[in-house]
Amino acid sequence: MIDFGFALTPSATLQIDNLDNKLFEQLRNIEPDVAKCMACGSCTASCSAGNYTELNLRKVILSLQRGREQDTLNSLKSCMLCGKCNIVCPRGINTRHLILSICKVYNI
Amino acid sequence: MKENVVIIGGGPSGIEAARRIRNFGYTPILIEKELRLGGHLAQWDRLFPEGVYAKEVLQTLLSDMDGIKWFTDVQILTINRLKDTYVIKLTNGISVQSKAVLITTGFQLFQAEKKEEYGYGIYNHVITNADLERYFQNRKDSRIDDPKVIGFVHCVGSRDEKAGNRQCSKVCCATAVKQACEIKQLYPDATVYCFYMDLRMFGRRYEDMYLEAQQKYGIRFIRGRVSEVSENHEGRLVVKAEDTLFGRPLRLSMDLLVLMSGIVSSHQSQELAKMIKLPVGEDGFFLPQNTILEPCKSQKQGIFFAGACTGPKTIPESLSEARAAAVAINDYFNTMTE
Repeated sequence: MIDFGFALTPSATLQIDNLDNKLFEQLRNIEPDVAKCMACGSCTASCSAGNYTELNLRKVILSLQRGREQDTLNSLKSCMLCGKCNIVCPRGINTRHLILSICKVYNI
Repeated sequence: MKENVVIIGGGPSGIEAARRIRNFGYTPILIEKELRLGGHLAQWDRLFPEGVYAKEVLQTLLSDMDGIKWFTDVQILTINRLKDTYVIKLTNGISVQSKAVLITTGFQLFQAEKKEEYGYGIYNHVITNADLERYFQNRKDSRIDDPKVIGFVHCVGSRDEKAGNRQCSKVCCATAVKQACEIKQLYPDATVYCFYMDLRMFGRRYEDMYLEAQQKYGIRFIRGRVSEVSENHEGRLVVKAEDTLFGRPLRLSMDLLVLMSGIVSSHQSQELAKMIKLPVGEDGFFLPQNTILEPCKSQKQGIFFAGACTGPKTIPESLSEARAAAVAINDYFNTMTE
C-alpha cells in the first residue's frame, strides 16, 4: 500500500445494531443484579485500585452492555477484591461477586 | 340562594373540584370545550406507578355528578367583572354569573413535529406518547407493525430552550418507563431503549418502577439526548445519540420510536390570561398568588386555579389541588358574608 502519511482511524461510533450480546446475557443469567446498575459511579469513587489504575467498574459494566468489553476488561486485573465497592453500591449489587463472575464469563 | 361557581375546564381537576364545591353547598357550573368531560385522562390507557386504568378513575369521578351543571362543546366568549361578580358569556349563547371562578384549563402536549430532527409526521414509525396510549387503548395503529427494536426519547420539547420550553414536564420520565414496560408486555421479544438526560423518578414507588424496568423487563437505558433520526433504504429508523456515560457517539436502527412530548401551557390558558389579564410565568403557566402558601389563589380576587394550569402535575396531585381549591373558594365566600 502507498503510504500517504496519514491513516483513517476506526469509527468511534458505537454500532448497536450488530451487537453480540451472548456473553452479557450469560453474565445476566448468573448475575441478574448487573441489570440494576444505574451508573452512579459510587463503586468507581470508592475504588482503591481506581486511584492508581484505569479500573472503573461503572465503565466495565457499561462496556459489556455495549459490546465493547475489549476497551475495559483488562483493567479488571487491577482489582484487589477489597470489596469497598460492594459496601457503597446503593442498589445493593454484590459487585465483588459480579467482578468474579465477569472474569469467569469473559475468561480473564 | 345557592352561589354559583364557574369552573373552566372539564378534566380531572375540574370534575373533582365541581364535586367538592357541590359538597360545600354551592352550584358548580362546569364548562368544557370538548364534546365530553375527562380531558387528557380520557385519552390515556393506564396510569403510573401501579398501572391503574385511566377509564376506571374517570368513571369513578363521573359517577357522582348530581347537583353539578355542565356544558360541553362550549368555549368562553367574554368574561367581565361587575362589582364582585363575574359575567361569563359562552359560545352556546348562555351567560352565567358567579362570584368565584375556578380555572382548570390544564395543559397541552408539545407538538412533536416542531422538533423536525425527530421526524414526527415525516417518518412512518415515529409516534408520540399520546399516540402510544391510544394504541394501548384500541390496539390500532398502522405505524406499529410488530416492532423488534423500540426506542423512547425523553424530554421532547421540554428542558429545551430552543423549543421555547425550559421547564421540565415532570411526569414524562415516569410515563416513558411505564410505556416501555407496557410495550415490552405486548412485544416480549422486542429490545427496548430509553434515551434520557436525567431520570426524574420523584414520586412514591416510581423508583420501584424504574428498577422493575431494568430487572424484569430488561429495558436498556442510554444516557444521552437523541440528536437526529433518519430512515434507511429498508424503511427502518436510524437514531443518533451520544452515550454520555460511555463518552462515545452511538447509532442504532429501530422499528418504532416513541417521542415523549412534554407538557406546555394550554391554548385556553393563554386565551384566558389575556381575557382577564392574569399573570403567567415565562413558561406560560398561570402564576398563583403564592406558590407555597396559596397555590390555588390567583392574583385577582375571586379567581382560583387547580391542576396543571399552574404547571405539570400528576393526576393525584391535580385531584388534591382541586379539593384544596374547593376549600379556598368556600373560605372566600365565608369571608364575603362576614
